[in-house]
Parts: sequence; C-alpha cells; structure tokens
Amino acid sequence: MTAVMPPGTATAAAAAPVPPAPTRPVLARDWRRLARMAAVGAVAQIFIALSNMPVRLDERVVVKPVLSLGYLTLLIVPFAAGHRVGHQIKREGTPVHAAGAHEVAGGAACGALAAGGLSLLAVLLANFDLREPLVNWSPMLAELLAFGNSTSFAVVIWLLIGAAVGASGGLMRLLGPRTRRAAVTIAITVAGVAVMEPLVVDLAEGMGLEALTDRLYARRGGLEWVSALVLAAVAGILAVLGRGRLREARNRIAVQEGAKRTRTNFGLILLTGAALVILPLFAGKLTNELLANVGLFVLLALGLNIVVGLAGILDLGYVAFFAVGSYTAAVLTAATSPRIHPEMPWLVALIFVVVITGLVGLFIGAPVIRMRGDYLAIVTLGFGEIIRLLFLSDWLSGTFGGSQGITKIPGAGIFGLTSVAGTDPRRVFYLVLAFCAIAIYVSWRLERSRLGRAWMAVREDETVAEAMGINTVNVKLLAFVVGAILGSFSGAIFSAKVGSVFPNSFLILVSIVILVVVIFGGMGSIVGVIAGSAVLIGVLGGPKQPGLLAEFSEFKLLIYGALLIWMMLARPEGLIPSVRRSRELHQEEMAQDAWLKGQVEDDTANGDTATAPAT
Amino acid sequence: MTATTASAVTRPLLETRKLSVDFGGLHALDQLDLEVHEGEIVSVIGPNGAGKTTLFNAITATVALSDGDICFEGASLLGLDPNRVTARGIARTFQNVRLFANMTVLENVMVSQHCRTRQHAFGALFYTPSFRREEAEIRERAEKILSFFGSRLMGYRFDQPAFTLSYANRRRLEIARAMATQPKLILLDEPVAGMNPVESAELTGLIGRLRDEWGFAIVVIEHHMDVVREVSDRVVVLDHGTKIAEGDYEEVSNDPTVIEAYLGHGTETT
Repeated sequence: MTAVMPPGTATAAAAAPVPPAPTRPVLARDWRRLARMAAVGAVAQIFIALSNMPVRLDERVVVKPVLSLGYLTLLIVPFAAGHRVGHQIKREGTPVHAAGAHEVAGGAACGALAAGGLSLLAVLLANFDLREPLVNWSPMLAELLAFGNSTSFAVVIWLLIGAAVGASGGLMRLLGPRTRRAAVTIAITVAGVAVMEPLVVDLAEGMGLEALTDRLYARRGGLEWVSALVLAAVAGILAVLGRGRLREARNRIAVQEGAKRTRTNFGLILLTGAALVILPLFAGKLTNELLANVGLFVLLALGLNIVVGLAGILDLGYVAFFAVGSYTAAVLTAATSPRIHPEMPWLVALIFVVVITGLVGLFIGAPVIRMRGDYLAIVTLGFGEIIRLLFLSDWLSGTFGGSQGITKIPGAGIFGLTSVAGTDPRRVFYLVLAFCAIAIYVSWRLERSRLGRAWMAVREDETVAEAMGINTVNVKLLAFVVGAILGSFSGAIFSAKVGSVFPNSFLILVSIVILVVVIFGGMGSIVGVIAGSAVLIGVLGGPKQPGLLAEFSEFKLLIYGALLIWMMLARPEGLIPSVRRSRELHQEEMAQDAWLKGQVEDDTANGDTATAPAT
Repeated sequence: MTATTASAVTRPLLETRKLSVDFGGLHALDQLDLEVHEGEIVSVIGPNGAGKTTLFNAITATVALSDGDICFEGASLLGLDPNRVTARGIARTFQNVRLFANMTVLENVMVSQHCRTRQHAFGALFYTPSFRREEAEIRERAEKILSFFGSRLMGYRFDQPAFTLSYANRRRLEIARAMATQPKLILLDEPVAGMNPVESAELTGLIGRLRDEWGFAIVVIEHHMDVVREVSDRVVVLDHGTKIAEGDYEEVSNDPTVIEAYLGHGTETT
C-alpha cells in the first residue's frame, strides 16, 4: 500500500523510492477522465429522467419501503460512473497504480457529479417550462426527484446520493475478487428475485409453495425489506460456500476431450431438455405464456442464425418468412379465411407451409443472393416490407383479408390428440419446444457438414470460395431457404397460438428484434441465440409480446439499443459466442498467444528445423 | 532440365487462343496464345503489370474476356462460372495469400473438396452411412494432402485457425487447398514471394514433386529467376499483355527483347 500513496503526502515521502508519476490517485491524475465520466453520467441521468422511465417504473417496488425500480434506474448511472472512473487499461510494461482510498474518493466525486445532472434537472424543472420541447416526462418527475420535498432538498439529496452510490462503485475496486464476486452474486440475486416476482409467484403457486412467496413478497409487490436481507444473507453464504465451484466444474468440462466431452454434452442437453419438459407442468399461465413467446423467438432466431451467423448473409427482411408461414397456416386452417378455406388439419397445412415458404425463399433469394454486403442488406429490407404490404394490399385482400387480417384461426391439432391454442399456453410451449428441438438439430448437423463448411467459406471470402469450386449462389440460396423454413414454423405456430393474423404483426421491427437477438446472443452460436432470446424476449419482451418486466415495454427499444451498444463495446462476440466468432474478433490476441506459446514458428527460421511442439 | 517441349501429336491440356482482356482502354492481355501440356511446368514471367495475374484470372473466369477463347482438355471454358472451371480441373493460389483465415487448417483443405463431393443437406440431417463415409473420406484425403508438406501442417496444427500460421505455412496451405480440388492443372501465383532463400529452395523442390508425384500440370508466375530456372520446362515471357518470348530458360534469358523489356532501351550517352 505504501508504495502507491500519492506524492506529496507525508506517508509517501517515507516510503521506498518508487517512480511517482503513475502512482497518483484518480482524482489528481485523471481529472480529465473524471470530468468526462461525470459529464457523460450527468447527461445519461437527465436523459433517463426525462424519458419518464423513473416515474413509470416507480410503481414496481424492488424492496418494499426503500427502493423502487424507478429509483433503481437512476442509481445505476452514478454507480457505474463511480466504478468506471477507476478503471485502467493494463498494458504489459506500464506501471499500474494499486487500488486505494482514492478509488472511493474518485468514485464519490464522479458519482456526485453524475447525479448532479438530476440536481440540475430539478432546478430547471422548478424554474422553467420544459414542457414545450420535451414531452415525455410527467409532472410527477419533480416530486419524485425531490422525494416530496422542496427543490433545494432535491439538489442536495441527489448530490449526496450520487456521492454515496459512486463511492460504493469505487469501493468495488478495493474488494478482492472473491468478495467482489460474492457482492455481485448478492446484488443479482436480490434484484433478480425482486424483478422476477410474477414468475416466482406463478411457479410457487404451481408447486404449492404460496406460503413461501407470501412471506417473501409484500402484499402489493416487491420484496419485504426483511426478506431482502434474508435473501442477501443466503446468497452471500451460498456464494462464499460455493465460491469457484461452478467455475471449477466448467473448467473441468472444458478440458474434456473426445468421447468424454460428447457424453457430458449429451448429459447436459438431456438434463436441460428434461427440465424444460417438466417445468411447465408446475408453472401457471403466465410462465408458460412467457416460455412460449421466448420459444417462438428462439425458433426465429435459430433460422436467422443460419442465414446471418453461418452463411454471413445479412438479412434484414427475415420477418417476411415469419409472415408467409403465419398467413399460409391461417389460410389453410381457418374456416373464416376469405377466399380459400380448405380447413386442413394443422399438421397437413404445415407441409404446405414448408413448401410455400421454401418457394418464397427461393423467389426472394434468387435475385437478392447475387448481391453482397450492404446492397444485399438493403434489398432484403425492401423485400421484407414488400411481403407485408402485399398482405395489406387491396389486390390480395380477397385472399388474405387486407388490414382485417384473418381471424378465428383454430388451434393446431396434433393427430387429433390435442389441440394447441393460445388459451392453453402450456401446450403451445410444448409444441414450440418440439420445433425448437428440430431447429437446433438441423443447425447443429448442418454446421458440421460439407454444406456448413461451404457456408463458412462463403462468409470468410466469397471470391476465393468460388475459386475453390463452391457454387456460392446455390449454397447461399440454400442457407436462405433453410432459414426461411425454420422461420415459417414459428409463423405457423404463432397464427395458431394467437388465433388471428394481421399485416401489422409483421412490421420491420420484428426483423430488427430477431437480428438483435442473434447479435446479442452470439452470431453462429446455438446456445447464444437461445440465451439471447431468453434475456431480450423473456425479460424485456418482444415487439408485441410482454416480457417479465412488462412495465419496461415502453422503453424496450431504448434498452435494446443501449444493450446493443454496450455489447458491441464490451463483448462484440455476443453473450455466449461460438468459438469461431470470437476467434474472428480476437484474431490479433489469439495470434499473439499462439506466438507466445511458440506455436508459430519464426518466419525467418529454417523451415525444416522449426519443429512443432508435440501435442 | 528434361525439356518436354510441346510435341505436336498430343493435344494440349490448356490452350488459349487470341486471349484478350481489356480494362477500359488498357489491353491487359492482347491476343495471347498459350499452350500447356499434360505433366508440364510452365513459368510465366514478365515485368510488373505485364498481365500475368490477369492471365490467371482470365483462365479461372474471375475476369471477363473481351476476345479469344480458352480451351481445357479440348472443351471451351467460355461462359463458365469460376466454380465450374475449378470443377473442370483447374485450381489456383493467390498472389496475396487468401486463406479462409478463421477456419482451421484441416477445414480449409476439407472445404476445397466441395466440388468433388456429393453429400447434401439430406445426408447431413439424417446422418446416413453414405454421409459418414464421405466425411471420413474428405478428412482422410485432407490429411493425406497436408502430409505432403512434411510435419508442418500436421498434428495439432489441424485444428488451429489458419491465421495463426506463419507466412510460409500460409503459402503452403494455399497450395494444399488447391491440391484438394483434385485438379489437373494448378496455377501458382508467385508461390515463393516473401519467403527466405531456404524456404524458397524447398518450395521449388515441392513444385517439382507436385508434378512428379501427383501428376499435375503447373503454371507458375514467378519473379525469382533461380526458381524459374530450377522448375520450368518452358518459360513464357509477357510484356504489355503480349507474349514476347517463349522457350527454355537459357533461350529466353538470352533473348534481347526480354532483356529490353526488363531493363529498358539502351540510350546513347555521349
């Protein structure tokens, strides 16, 4: 500790001779950085406040008397700023100043200044009429900021809160890795259990554990503060007891090879599958509805993943195939369909859905696929809209009902055994699960085949792929069609679930959301795509489907955008990346690692004497 | 130098007739006639901008011809897509190494067998015996091809991404990839560029073995004259898109027009 005290302080003078420059504290060394972080934080605070998020989410209580989700959205920024301001890039060879009290001081200063944005806002709101240009915020904001007191109270209290929260952010840097992990576990557990209240209550009811949830949650939502404390204690104990166990297990699996690894994977898949089959039996309507929605998007995202992730074709009009699948299933099964109404059983209709979507995929793909890069993206965007507008048009309204859509679509009958409709989300989920399993199998098998390799080659370098004898047009077209068919499954289930289809269910937004799911989860990674859907669709909600945080639906796109930007900066390969994708983005580092390990021989060395390390 | 000069009896493997490629007003290739016979190694040399790489691009259909014809085994290649040309039996490497950088060494060679293999999505989905057999064959063939280069691309290297390879190994992998398309003719675009003398001498030997052991006909673009002397049965000199000389190395290297093309006109300085 002594070696890194700020210069000029009495203790430092007595300490061992250390180059003083890099050891100065955050405050003195990096006031520019501090100012920048604080400014960004302040702007972010004002933006969040004016977007009306705090007011809308104030009703959702996290911990009974002290914290609502609304206030939480305001506390995150100073915390992040306070933590981030002490961040330093560790380069080999450059000195790194050790963490000390200055982290807390810097964090406090930064947090206070960031939250100062809210103080400023409180003053502005009290003195000027901001209503005119800024329409989103509600008058309750001023009250919320001042905790019901005067404006000057708001100014002071937010500076204090900011300092406290920012300091705790800086404090995180002082904790050892183990303590920090425990702290993060506690925070995530408490926030998670609070936020997932509807889900937990729903599940507990199914399993006859109402007594527990009654104890846990307050009557009108949110955790009781006592139960929050208990929960934190339990999470803390578990984190300390189980420290690193999970990581150890993961590492153990990671080093397994060959048949053993295959067996482990198989076991894990079986376990997950079994859990997904059993879980809905105990879950109520709400959970199953949520799972079904997530499943529909998993199916869509898996389809798009083949197109974007494997073959590298940026398709911005993927919703077209979702729409064609929905409409085909609707026309073929619904008695009320305007012109053609063969009233087929759903499974029979599915055959037609596959054929027709496949043909539409070919039809759209054939002209599009010859283009590359940006041009292709724009054209697919156009086709996505064209398909929707065709369903909306007067020309085809005789068949597809125009803006009236097709209603009273019967549920999906499976061999006359059961009928799957939206009224019973559990069955919908099982149906979706079955198709997801098919989609996962298809993606998994194709990726490891001649065709999958050809897709990769096309994604890497189309010209060379062609020179190596790959018919790039055919191969890309096939990716397009396989993606289209997987998307159409989702569409067919969607129409049976909702019971009606309208053109405005297939807005361009759906394409974008699916793409965001794929990018967020990890392009080319099956597990990543599933995780992406679970987080984005399950928690935040889909384009029209409410997620776990139904209150967020208004700010969904804002959060999507923020998440996407953060993801691109911090983890461009996605949540759970495919090996290949992370390789692509970290080529330099990997090449360097290989070089350090001596696995790349020196170019100048004699070719024959450069021997490879045995493995 | 066992110069197997074009015997008039056998039909040439590759034949270009009055091959012309224009880029706007520039004649990159102008009425070029070229023959390559089975089992022959032909070097194409010439100053920068002579049209050597354009010749390769024209043969592999990556640029459009403005005139002339290219025949391979007696059939015209005109109007074929690049992948069809490869399927006919012409493979190439690139001057600036263009591997599938994020695919592994083995995958690079496996994917290049695409046009020689048949299994499609169906086989992969149902994991049919024929699919498994073909996958095993593809892998086996890839390993055999890589073993041609000694131990360098073997063993643990199989599963390493191509970008971790050294420069010389990338060049070798490019040749391996070309071999994997099971061609009759390989076009090597400056195969030893950027290599040190030892590596370059070794690769020169490899080019000879490619012909002797695998039976490929080879066309090499090369600037290193010692390599050209070592490998070529015949040397073709290009300048401004036309053939200015042809023959064995000794003939060509003493040809005054060739010397002029490389060194320019002698000027009277008095």
